[in-house]
Amino acid sequence: MTTNLRSESLGTEGQASAGPRVGVLALQGDFREHAHVLSRLGAHVSLVRRPEELDAVDGLVIPGGESTVMDKLARAYGLAEPLKAAIADGLPVYGTCAGLILLADTVLDAIAGQQSLGGLDVVVRRNAFGSQNQSFETDLDIPALGDGPVHAVFIRGPVVESVGPAATPLSALADGRVVAVEQGNLLGTSFHPEITGEYRFHEYFLGKVRDRR
Amino acid sequence: MTESSIPAPAATSLTGSSRVKRGLAEMLKGGVIMDVVTPEQARIAEDAGAVAVMALERVPADIRSQGGVARMSDPDLIEAIIAEVSIPVMAKARIGHFVEAQVLQALDVDYIDESEVLSPADYVNHIDKWAFNTPFVCGATNLGEALRRINEGAAMIRSKGEAGTGDVSEATKHIRQITSEINQLKSMTRDELYVAAKELQAPYDLVLEVAETGKLPVVLFVAGGVATPADAAMMMQLGADGVFVGSGIFKSGNPEQRAAAIVKATTFYDDPSVIADVSRGLGEAMVGINVADLAAPHRLAERGW
Repeated sequence: MTTNLRSESLGTEGQASAGPRVGVLALQGDFREHAHVLSRLGAHVSLVRRPEELDAVDGLVIPGGESTVMDKLARAYGLAEPLKAAIADGLPVYGTCAGLILLADTVLDAIAGQQSLGGLDVVVRRNAFGSQNQSFETDLDIPALGDGPVHAVFIRGPVVESVGPAATPLSALADGRVVAVEQGNLLGTSFHPEITGEYRFHEYFLGKVRDRR
Repeated sequence: MTESSIPAPAATSLTGSSRVKRGLAEMLKGGVIMDVVTPEQARIAEDAGAVAVMALERVPADIRSQGGVARMSDPDLIEAIIAEVSIPVMAKARIGHFVEAQVLQALDVDYIDESEVLSPADYVNHIDKWAFNTPFVCGATNLGEALRRINEGAAMIRSKGEAGTGDVSEATKHIRQITSEINQLKSMTRDELYVAAKELQAPYDLVLEVAETGKLPVVLFVAGGVATPADAAMMMQLGADGVFVGSGIFKSGNPEQRAAAIVKATTFYDDPSVIADVSRGLGEAMVGINVADLAAPHRLAERGW
Protein backbone atom coordinates (compact mmCIF):
# COMPACT_ATOMS: atom_id res chain seq x y z
CA MET A 1 0.00 0.00 0.00
CA THR A 2 1.24 3.40 -0.91
CA THR A 3 -0.29 4.86 2.22
CA ASN A 4 2.03 2.80 4.40
CA LEU A 5 4.96 4.69 2.98
CA ARG A 6 3.45 7.88 4.25
CA SER A 7 2.89 6.76 7.82
CA GLU A 8 6.46 5.46 7.96
CA SER A 9 7.67 8.91 7.07
CA LEU A 10 6.36 10.09 10.43
CA GLY A 11 9.24 8.27 12.05
CA THR A 12 6.87 6.90 14.65
CA GLU A 13 7.66 3.24 14.02
CA GLY A 14 9.64 1.55 16.74
CA GLN A 15 9.12 4.35 19.25
CA ALA A 16 9.00 3.22 22.84
CA SER A 17 5.41 3.12 24.01
CA ALA A 18 6.55 4.59 27.34
CA GLY A 19 6.61 8.11 25.85
CA PRO A 20 3.57 10.33 26.26
CA ARG A 21 0.87 9.83 23.65
CA VAL A 22 0.68 13.03 21.66
CA GLY A 23 -1.69 13.63 18.76
CA VAL A 24 -1.14 16.05 15.89
CA LEU A 25 -4.26 17.46 14.26
CA ALA A 26 -3.88 16.26 10.66
CA LEU A 27 -6.71 17.94 8.78
CA GLN A 28 -4.30 20.13 6.79
CA GLY A 29 -0.92 21.85 7.19
CA ASP A 30 2.57 20.89 8.32
CA PHE A 31 1.49 18.14 10.70
CA ARG A 32 4.29 15.78 9.61
CA GLU A 33 6.93 18.28 10.74
CA HIS A 34 5.38 18.42 14.22
CA ALA A 35 5.08 14.63 14.32
CA HIS A 36 8.75 14.35 13.41
CA VAL A 37 9.90 16.71 16.19
CA LEU A 38 7.67 15.05 18.81
CA SER A 39 8.90 11.58 17.80
CA ARG A 40 12.50 12.71 18.07
CA LEU A 41 11.71 13.87 21.62
CA GLY A 42 10.42 10.42 22.53
CA ALA A 43 6.66 10.97 22.28
CA HIS A 44 4.37 8.31 20.89
CA VAL A 45 2.81 10.28 18.04
CA SER A 46 -0.47 9.72 16.23
CA LEU A 47 -2.35 11.76 13.65
CA VAL A 48 -5.81 12.99 14.65
CA ARG A 49 -8.57 13.49 12.08
CA ARG A 50 -11.47 11.75 13.88
CA PRO A 51 -13.12 12.30 17.28
CA GLU A 52 -12.22 8.77 18.41
CA GLU A 53 -8.55 9.42 17.61
CA LEU A 54 -8.65 12.33 20.05
CA ASP A 55 -9.62 9.96 22.86
CA ALA A 56 -6.32 8.13 22.54
CA VAL A 57 -3.96 11.06 23.24
CA ASP A 58 -2.64 12.85 26.33
CA GLY A 59 -1.81 16.05 24.45
CA LEU A 60 -2.44 17.61 21.04
CA VAL A 61 -0.55 19.83 18.63
CA ILE A 62 -2.47 21.98 16.14
CA PRO A 63 -0.05 22.64 13.28
CA GLY A 64 0.57 25.51 10.93
CA GLY A 65 -1.59 25.69 7.85
CA GLU A 66 -4.75 27.50 6.84
CA SER A 67 -6.99 28.18 9.84
CA THR A 68 -10.12 28.60 7.68
CA VAL A 69 -9.65 25.11 6.23
CA MET A 70 -8.95 23.43 9.58
CA ASP A 71 -11.99 25.12 11.12
CA LYS A 72 -14.30 23.95 8.33
CA LEU A 73 -13.04 20.37 8.37
CA ALA A 74 -13.04 20.14 12.18
CA ARG A 75 -16.70 21.14 12.21
CA ALA A 76 -17.67 19.01 9.18
CA TYR A 77 -16.20 15.85 10.71
CA GLY A 78 -17.39 16.28 14.28
CA LEU A 79 -14.04 17.19 15.83
CA ALA A 80 -14.72 20.77 16.91
CA GLU A 81 -17.02 20.02 19.86
CA PRO A 82 -14.90 17.16 21.29
CA LEU A 83 -11.84 19.39 20.93
CA LYS A 84 -13.51 22.23 22.83
CA ALA A 85 -14.55 19.79 25.55
CA ALA A 86 -11.04 18.35 25.79
CA ILE A 87 -9.53 21.83 26.06
CA ALA A 88 -12.02 22.73 28.81
CA ASP A 89 -11.08 19.47 30.54
CA GLY A 90 -7.40 20.50 30.64
CA LEU A 91 -5.93 18.63 27.66
CA PRO A 92 -2.51 20.15 26.92
CA VAL A 93 -2.67 21.72 23.45
CA TYR A 94 0.06 23.57 21.54
CA GLY A 95 -0.91 25.59 18.46
CA THR A 96 1.51 27.11 15.94
CA CYS A 97 0.32 29.88 13.61
CA ALA A 98 -3.05 28.54 12.38
CA GLY A 99 -3.09 26.50 15.60
CA LEU A 100 -2.73 29.69 17.67
CA ILE A 101 -5.68 31.18 15.73
CA LEU A 102 -7.79 28.11 16.50
CA LEU A 103 -6.95 28.35 20.21
CA ALA A 104 -7.73 32.08 20.51
CA ASP A 105 -10.96 33.19 22.15
CA THR A 106 -11.26 36.05 19.65
CA VAL A 107 -10.02 36.18 16.04
CA LEU A 108 -9.73 39.39 14.02
CA ASP A 109 -9.72 39.48 10.20
CA ALA A 110 -11.42 36.09 10.10
CA ILE A 111 -13.52 35.16 7.08
CA ALA A 112 -17.31 35.21 7.37
CA GLY A 113 -18.51 32.35 9.56
CA GLN A 114 -15.02 31.35 10.73
CA GLN A 115 -14.96 29.94 14.26
CA SER A 116 -12.17 29.17 16.69
CA LEU A 117 -12.06 26.49 19.36
CA GLY A 118 -11.01 29.03 21.96
CA GLY A 119 -9.35 28.45 25.31
CA LEU A 120 -6.65 31.12 25.20
CA ASP A 121 -7.82 34.44 26.65
CA VAL A 122 -6.34 36.45 23.79
CA VAL A 123 -7.31 38.44 20.71
CA VAL A 124 -5.40 37.22 17.66
CA ARG A 125 -5.22 38.94 14.25
CA ARG A 126 -4.78 36.73 11.17
CA ASN A 127 -2.14 37.62 8.52
CA ALA A 128 -0.99 40.44 10.76
CA PHE A 129 2.19 41.13 8.78
CA GLY A 130 0.61 41.19 5.31
CA SER A 131 1.40 39.08 2.27
CA GLN A 132 4.11 36.45 1.84
CA ASN A 133 6.56 39.20 0.83
CA GLN A 134 6.44 40.34 4.47
CA SER A 135 7.01 36.84 5.90
CA PHE A 136 10.31 36.75 7.79
CA GLU A 137 12.65 34.96 10.15
CA THR A 138 14.20 36.48 13.26
CA ASP A 139 15.63 35.64 16.70
CA LEU A 140 13.48 35.95 19.81
CA ASP A 141 14.38 35.93 23.48
CA ILE A 142 12.04 33.64 25.35
CA PRO A 143 12.95 33.55 29.06
CA ALA A 144 10.58 30.64 29.78
CA LEU A 145 12.70 28.42 27.49
CA GLY A 146 16.01 29.35 29.07
CA ASP A 147 19.09 30.99 27.61
CA GLY A 148 19.80 31.39 23.94
CA PRO A 149 17.62 33.00 21.32
CA VAL A 150 14.82 31.09 19.64
CA HIS A 151 15.05 31.30 15.86
CA ALA A 152 11.50 31.99 14.69
CA VAL A 153 9.96 31.83 11.22
CA PHE A 154 6.79 33.84 10.61
CA ILE A 155 4.82 32.82 7.52
CA ARG A 156 1.82 35.04 6.86
CA GLY A 157 1.61 34.74 10.62
CA PRO A 158 -0.86 36.08 13.17
CA VAL A 159 -0.02 38.27 16.18
CA VAL A 160 -1.61 38.41 19.60
CA GLU A 161 -3.17 41.85 19.69
CA SER A 162 -4.18 41.72 23.32
CA VAL A 163 -3.60 39.30 26.17
CA GLY A 164 -6.43 38.88 28.66
CA PRO A 165 -5.91 38.42 32.40
CA ALA A 166 -5.98 34.60 32.24
CA ALA A 167 -3.16 34.33 29.67
CA THR A 168 0.56 35.13 29.94
CA PRO A 169 2.72 36.46 27.11
CA LEU A 170 5.96 34.53 26.62
CA SER A 171 7.60 36.54 23.88
CA ALA A 172 7.24 39.69 21.82
CA LEU A 173 8.82 41.25 18.75
CA ALA A 174 11.01 44.33 19.08
CA ASP A 175 7.94 46.50 18.43
CA GLY A 176 6.16 44.92 21.41
CA ARG A 177 3.71 42.73 19.51
CA VAL A 178 3.15 39.46 21.38
CA VAL A 179 3.94 36.30 19.40
CA ALA A 180 3.89 33.54 22.05
CA VAL A 181 1.41 32.97 24.89
CA GLU A 182 0.62 30.42 27.55
CA GLN A 183 -2.42 29.73 29.69
CA GLY A 184 -2.39 26.67 31.93
CA ASN A 185 -2.03 23.68 29.63
CA LEU A 186 -2.40 25.75 26.45
CA LEU A 187 0.52 27.11 24.47
CA GLY A 188 0.43 29.17 21.28
CA THR A 189 3.05 30.69 18.96
CA SER A 190 2.68 32.88 15.88
CA PHE A 191 5.77 31.20 14.43
CA HIS A 192 6.89 27.69 13.48
CA PRO A 193 9.52 25.98 15.68
CA GLU A 194 8.70 22.74 13.83
CA ILE A 195 10.46 23.87 10.65
CA THR A 196 13.62 25.38 12.16
CA GLY A 197 15.00 22.50 14.20
CA GLU A 198 14.06 24.36 17.40
CA TYR A 199 12.90 21.69 19.87
CA ARG A 200 12.54 23.72 23.09
CA PHE A 201 8.90 24.67 22.59
CA HIS A 202 7.95 21.05 21.97
CA GLU A 203 9.97 19.96 25.03
CA TYR A 204 8.22 22.59 27.10
CA PHE A 205 4.88 21.35 25.80
CA LEU A 206 5.75 17.70 26.49
CA GLY A 207 6.50 18.76 30.08
CA LYS A 208 2.87 19.87 30.37
CA VAL A 209 1.70 16.55 28.89
CA ARG A 210 3.84 14.53 31.33
CA ASP A 211 2.74 16.61 34.31
CA ARG A 212 -0.91 15.99 33.51
CA ARG A 213 -0.49 12.26 33.03
CA MET B 1 -1.90 43.83 27.06
CA THR B 2 1.78 43.44 26.38
CA GLU B 3 3.84 43.27 29.51
CA SER B 4 6.96 45.38 29.65
CA SER B 5 8.81 42.57 31.44
CA ILE B 6 9.41 40.81 28.13
CA PRO B 7 12.84 41.71 26.81
CA ALA B 8 12.82 43.18 23.32
CA PRO B 9 15.01 41.20 20.89
CA ALA B 10 17.40 42.75 18.42
CA ALA B 11 15.30 43.96 15.52
CA THR B 12 17.00 41.98 12.80
CA SER B 13 14.70 40.08 10.53
CA LEU B 14 15.11 38.48 7.15
CA THR B 15 12.50 38.23 4.39
CA GLY B 16 12.66 36.17 1.20
CA SER B 17 14.99 33.48 2.58
CA SER B 18 14.70 29.91 1.30
CA ARG B 19 13.25 28.89 4.64
CA VAL B 20 10.56 31.55 4.49
CA LYS B 21 9.77 30.83 0.83
CA ARG B 22 9.64 27.06 1.21
CA GLY B 23 7.84 27.46 4.52
CA LEU B 24 4.66 28.82 2.95
CA ALA B 25 4.44 25.73 0.74
CA GLU B 26 4.86 23.58 3.86
CA MET B 27 1.79 25.27 5.33
CA LEU B 28 -0.27 24.55 2.20
CA LYS B 29 0.29 20.79 2.47
CA GLY B 30 -2.74 18.55 2.60
CA GLY B 31 -4.69 21.28 0.86
CA VAL B 32 -6.26 22.20 -2.47
CA ILE B 33 -5.21 25.22 -4.55
CA MET B 34 -7.94 26.31 -6.95
CA ASP B 35 -7.81 28.26 -10.23
CA VAL B 36 -10.16 31.28 -10.17
CA VAL B 37 -10.85 33.90 -12.83
CA THR B 38 -13.03 36.36 -10.86
CA PRO B 39 -13.26 37.63 -7.27
CA GLU B 40 -16.63 35.82 -7.02
CA GLN B 41 -14.96 32.51 -7.82
CA ALA B 42 -12.20 33.30 -5.33
CA ARG B 43 -14.85 33.79 -2.64
CA ILE B 44 -16.46 30.45 -3.52
CA ALA B 45 -13.04 28.77 -3.37
CA GLU B 46 -12.18 30.22 0.05
CA ASP B 47 -15.62 29.33 1.41
CA ALA B 48 -15.23 25.77 0.09
CA GLY B 49 -11.92 25.32 1.94
CA ALA B 50 -9.20 26.12 -0.61
CA VAL B 51 -5.79 26.71 1.02
CA ALA B 52 -4.89 29.19 -1.74
CA VAL B 53 -6.18 30.41 -5.08
CA MET B 54 -4.47 30.83 -8.43
CA ALA B 55 -5.64 34.11 -10.00
CA LEU B 56 -5.83 34.02 -13.79
CA GLU B 57 -7.87 35.40 -16.69
CA ARG B 58 -8.72 32.10 -18.34
CA VAL B 59 -8.62 28.60 -16.90
CA PRO B 60 -6.43 26.17 -18.87
CA ALA B 61 -9.44 24.56 -20.59
CA ASP B 62 -10.32 27.94 -22.13
CA ILE B 63 -6.71 28.75 -23.00
CA ARG B 64 -6.64 25.44 -24.80
CA SER B 65 -9.91 25.96 -26.69
CA GLN B 66 -9.37 29.64 -27.54
CA GLY B 67 -5.74 29.34 -28.54
CA GLY B 68 -3.46 32.33 -29.12
CA VAL B 69 -0.71 33.60 -26.85
CA ALA B 70 -1.57 33.21 -23.15
CA ARG B 71 0.05 35.83 -20.88
CA MET B 72 0.13 37.09 -17.29
CA SER B 73 -3.29 38.28 -16.08
CA ASP B 74 -4.43 41.91 -15.85
CA PRO B 75 -3.08 43.47 -12.60
CA ASP B 76 -6.59 44.82 -11.88
CA LEU B 77 -7.96 41.29 -11.82
CA ILE B 78 -5.15 40.00 -9.61
CA GLU B 79 -5.58 42.89 -7.16
CA ALA B 80 -9.36 42.40 -7.03
CA ILE B 81 -8.84 38.74 -6.14
CA ILE B 82 -6.22 39.60 -3.49
CA ALA B 83 -8.71 42.08 -2.00
CA GLU B 84 -11.47 39.48 -1.93
CA VAL B 85 -9.84 36.64 0.02
CA SER B 86 -7.68 36.15 3.12
CA ILE B 87 -5.93 32.98 1.91
CA PRO B 88 -2.73 33.15 -0.19
CA VAL B 89 -3.10 34.28 -3.81
CA MET B 90 -0.83 32.88 -6.52
CA ALA B 91 -0.52 34.12 -10.10
CA LYS B 92 1.14 32.83 -13.27
CA ALA B 93 4.03 34.25 -15.25
CA ARG B 94 5.19 32.87 -18.60
CA ILE B 95 8.24 30.57 -18.55
CA GLY B 96 11.31 32.81 -18.71
CA HIS B 97 9.32 36.06 -18.51
CA PHE B 98 11.13 37.66 -15.60
CA VAL B 99 9.41 41.01 -16.09
CA GLU B 100 5.96 39.47 -15.66
CA ALA B 101 7.39 37.95 -12.48
CA GLN B 102 8.67 41.38 -11.37
CA VAL B 103 5.17 42.76 -11.91
CA LEU B 104 3.57 39.96 -9.91
CA GLN B 105 6.04 40.55 -7.07
CA ALA B 106 5.18 44.27 -7.14
CA LEU B 107 1.48 43.34 -6.95
CA ASP B 108 2.34 41.47 -3.72
CA VAL B 109 1.07 38.05 -4.81
CA ASP B 110 2.00 35.31 -2.33
CA TYR B 111 3.45 32.86 -4.87
CA ILE B 112 4.45 33.13 -8.54
CA ASP B 113 3.78 30.13 -10.81
CA GLU B 114 6.25 30.03 -13.70
CA SER B 115 3.80 28.07 -15.76
CA GLU B 116 3.73 26.04 -18.94
CA VAL B 117 -0.02 26.75 -19.12
CA LEU B 118 0.91 30.20 -20.46
CA SER B 119 2.90 30.61 -23.68
CA PRO B 120 6.65 30.46 -22.96
CA ALA B 121 8.51 33.76 -23.32
CA ASP B 122 11.95 32.16 -23.51
CA TYR B 123 12.60 28.75 -25.04
CA VAL B 124 16.07 28.47 -23.50
CA ASN B 125 16.09 29.98 -20.00
CA HIS B 126 13.76 29.81 -17.05
CA ILE B 127 13.49 32.75 -14.64
CA ASP B 128 16.31 33.20 -12.11
CA LYS B 129 14.02 32.73 -9.15
CA TRP B 130 16.70 33.45 -6.52
CA ALA B 131 16.51 37.10 -7.60
CA PHE B 132 13.01 37.46 -6.14
CA ASN B 133 11.61 37.98 -2.65
CA THR B 134 8.33 36.29 -3.67
CA PRO B 135 8.53 32.48 -3.80
CA PHE B 136 8.02 30.49 -7.01
CA VAL B 137 6.28 27.23 -7.83
CA CYS B 138 7.28 25.47 -11.05
CA GLY B 139 6.00 22.50 -13.01
CA ALA B 140 7.94 19.29 -13.59
CA THR B 141 7.30 16.01 -15.36
CA ASN B 142 10.26 14.15 -13.85
CA LEU B 143 12.88 14.39 -11.10
CA GLY B 144 15.59 15.99 -13.23
CA GLU B 145 13.26 18.78 -14.30
CA ALA B 146 12.13 19.31 -10.68
CA LEU B 147 15.74 19.57 -9.46
CA ARG B 148 16.68 21.99 -12.26
CA ARG B 149 13.81 24.25 -11.19
CA ILE B 150 14.85 23.99 -7.52
CA ASN B 151 18.41 24.84 -8.55
CA GLU B 152 17.02 27.99 -10.21
CA GLY B 153 15.29 28.89 -6.93
CA ALA B 154 11.83 27.28 -7.08
CA ALA B 155 10.47 26.91 -3.52
CA MET B 156 7.71 24.47 -4.47
CA ILE B 157 7.20 21.95 -7.29
CA ARG B 158 3.99 20.79 -8.90
CA SER B 159 3.95 17.89 -11.27
CA LYS B 160 2.55 19.16 -14.57
CA GLY B 161 -0.04 16.66 -15.66
CA GLU B 162 -1.91 17.94 -18.70
CA ALA B 163 -3.76 21.11 -17.74
CA GLY B 164 -7.23 21.84 -19.03
CA THR B 165 -8.11 18.28 -19.99
CA GLY B 166 -9.85 16.79 -16.96
CA ASP B 167 -7.83 13.66 -17.82
CA VAL B 168 -5.78 12.66 -14.78
CA SER B 169 -3.58 10.13 -16.58
CA GLU B 170 -0.68 12.53 -17.21
CA ALA B 171 -0.76 13.71 -13.58
CA THR B 172 -0.53 10.06 -12.55
CA LYS B 173 2.36 9.49 -14.91
CA HIS B 174 4.34 12.47 -13.62
CA ILE B 175 3.91 11.88 -9.87
CA ARG B 176 4.76 8.19 -10.38
CA GLN B 177 7.81 9.16 -12.44
CA ILE B 178 9.10 11.58 -9.79
CA THR B 179 8.53 9.26 -6.82
CA SER B 180 10.00 6.30 -8.68
CA GLU B 181 13.13 8.26 -9.58
CA ILE B 182 13.47 9.36 -5.93
CA ASN B 183 13.21 5.72 -4.82
CA GLN B 184 15.92 4.72 -7.28
CA LEU B 185 18.27 7.38 -5.88
CA LYS B 186 17.67 6.13 -2.34
CA SER B 187 19.08 2.71 -3.23
CA MET B 188 22.19 4.00 -5.01
CA THR B 189 25.74 4.10 -3.72
CA ARG B 190 27.64 7.37 -3.77
CA ASP B 191 29.61 6.51 -6.90
CA GLU B 192 26.38 5.73 -8.70
CA LEU B 193 24.92 9.10 -7.67
CA TYR B 194 27.51 10.98 -9.75
CA VAL B 195 26.25 9.20 -12.84
CA ALA B 196 22.64 9.68 -11.75
CA ALA B 197 23.24 13.43 -11.50
CA LYS B 198 24.65 13.44 -15.00
CA GLU B 199 21.71 11.47 -16.36
CA LEU B 200 19.13 13.56 -14.51
CA GLN B 201 20.91 16.71 -15.76
CA ALA B 202 20.64 18.01 -12.22
CA PRO B 203 23.23 19.37 -9.75
CA TYR B 204 25.03 16.67 -7.76
CA ASP B 205 24.39 18.35 -4.40
CA LEU B 206 20.63 18.27 -4.92
CA VAL B 207 20.76 14.68 -6.16
CA LEU B 208 22.72 13.69 -3.03
CA GLU B 209 20.23 15.52 -0.80
CA VAL B 210 17.29 13.66 -2.38
CA ALA B 211 19.13 10.33 -2.07
CA GLU B 212 19.80 10.96 1.63
CA THR B 213 16.40 12.35 2.64
CA GLY B 214 14.25 10.31 0.28
CA LYS B 215 12.24 13.33 -0.78
CA LEU B 216 12.47 16.58 -2.67
CA PRO B 217 13.90 19.49 -0.66
CA VAL B 218 10.64 21.38 -1.35
CA VAL B 219 6.95 20.55 -1.21
CA LEU B 220 5.53 18.57 -4.16
CA PHE B 221 1.94 19.15 -5.30
CA VAL B 222 0.17 17.51 -8.23
CA ALA B 223 -1.57 19.46 -10.99
CA GLY B 224 -3.07 19.01 -14.43
CA GLY B 225 -6.25 17.03 -14.99
CA VAL B 226 -7.60 16.58 -11.46
CA ALA B 227 -11.41 16.80 -11.79
CA THR B 228 -12.99 14.62 -9.10
CA PRO B 229 -12.60 13.88 -5.37
CA ALA B 230 -11.29 10.42 -6.26
CA ASP B 231 -8.68 11.97 -8.60
CA ALA B 232 -7.43 14.17 -5.76
CA ALA B 233 -7.33 11.28 -3.27
CA MET B 234 -5.45 9.11 -5.76
CA MET B 235 -2.78 11.78 -6.18
CA MET B 236 -2.42 11.99 -2.39
CA GLN B 237 -2.09 8.19 -2.11
CA LEU B 238 0.59 8.33 -4.80
CA GLY B 239 2.61 10.65 -2.55
CA ALA B 240 1.52 14.21 -3.42
CA ASP B 241 1.68 16.81 -0.64
CA GLY B 242 -1.48 18.48 -2.03
CA VAL B 243 -3.30 19.21 -5.28
CA PHE B 244 -3.93 22.03 -7.71
CA VAL B 245 -7.34 21.96 -9.38
CA GLY B 246 -7.53 24.17 -12.44
CA SER B 247 -10.46 23.91 -14.80
CA GLY B 248 -11.95 20.99 -12.87
CA ILE B 249 -14.00 23.07 -10.45
CA PHE B 250 -15.40 26.07 -12.28
CA LYS B 251 -15.93 24.12 -15.52
CA SER B 252 -18.16 21.66 -13.67
CA GLY B 253 -21.90 21.69 -13.03
CA ASN B 254 -21.80 22.57 -9.32
CA PRO B 255 -18.53 24.35 -8.43
CA GLU B 256 -19.33 25.04 -4.73
CA GLN B 257 -20.14 21.43 -3.94
CA ARG B 258 -17.35 19.97 -6.08
CA ALA B 259 -14.76 22.30 -4.54
CA ALA B 260 -15.76 21.34 -0.98
CA ALA B 261 -15.83 17.66 -1.94
CA ILE B 262 -12.29 17.76 -3.38
CA VAL B 263 -11.06 19.48 -0.18
CA LYS B 264 -12.54 16.72 1.99
CA ALA B 265 -11.21 13.95 -0.27
CA THR B 266 -7.73 15.47 -0.07
CA THR B 267 -7.74 15.41 3.75
CA PHE B 268 -9.32 11.93 4.00
CA TYR B 269 -7.47 10.59 0.95
CA ASP B 270 -7.01 7.16 2.51
CA ASP B 271 -10.64 6.72 3.62
CA PRO B 272 -12.79 5.38 0.74
CA SER B 273 -16.01 5.82 2.73
CA VAL B 274 -15.42 9.60 2.95
CA ILE B 275 -14.49 9.77 -0.74
CA ALA B 276 -17.66 7.85 -1.64
CA ASP B 277 -19.76 10.12 0.52
CA VAL B 278 -18.44 13.40 -0.94
CA SER B 279 -18.64 12.04 -4.50
CA ARG B 280 -22.44 11.62 -4.36
CA GLY B 281 -24.64 13.92 -6.43
CA LEU B 282 -21.89 16.27 -7.59
CA GLY B 283 -23.49 16.75 -11.00
CA GLU B 284 -21.55 17.06 -14.22
CA ALA B 285 -17.76 16.94 -14.05
CA MET B 286 -15.92 19.05 -16.61
CA VAL B 287 -16.38 17.53 -20.06
CA GLY B 288 -12.74 16.77 -20.57
CA ILE B 289 -10.42 15.83 -23.38
CA ASN B 290 -8.54 12.55 -23.56
CA VAL B 291 -4.84 13.34 -23.56
CA ALA B 292 -4.34 10.52 -26.08
CA ASP B 293 -6.45 12.53 -28.56
CA LEU B 294 -4.21 15.61 -28.23
CA ALA B 295 -1.56 16.01 -30.89
CA ALA B 296 1.89 16.40 -29.30
CA PRO B 297 2.24 20.14 -30.20
CA HIS B 298 -0.88 20.84 -28.13
CA ARG B 299 0.43 19.19 -24.97
CA LEU B 300 1.33 21.87 -22.43
CA ALA B 301 3.46 19.51 -20.33
CA GLU B 302 6.08 19.47 -23.07
CA ARG B 303 6.77 23.16 -22.49
CA GLY B 304 9.68 23.70 -20.12
CA TRP B 305 12.84 21.63 -20.01
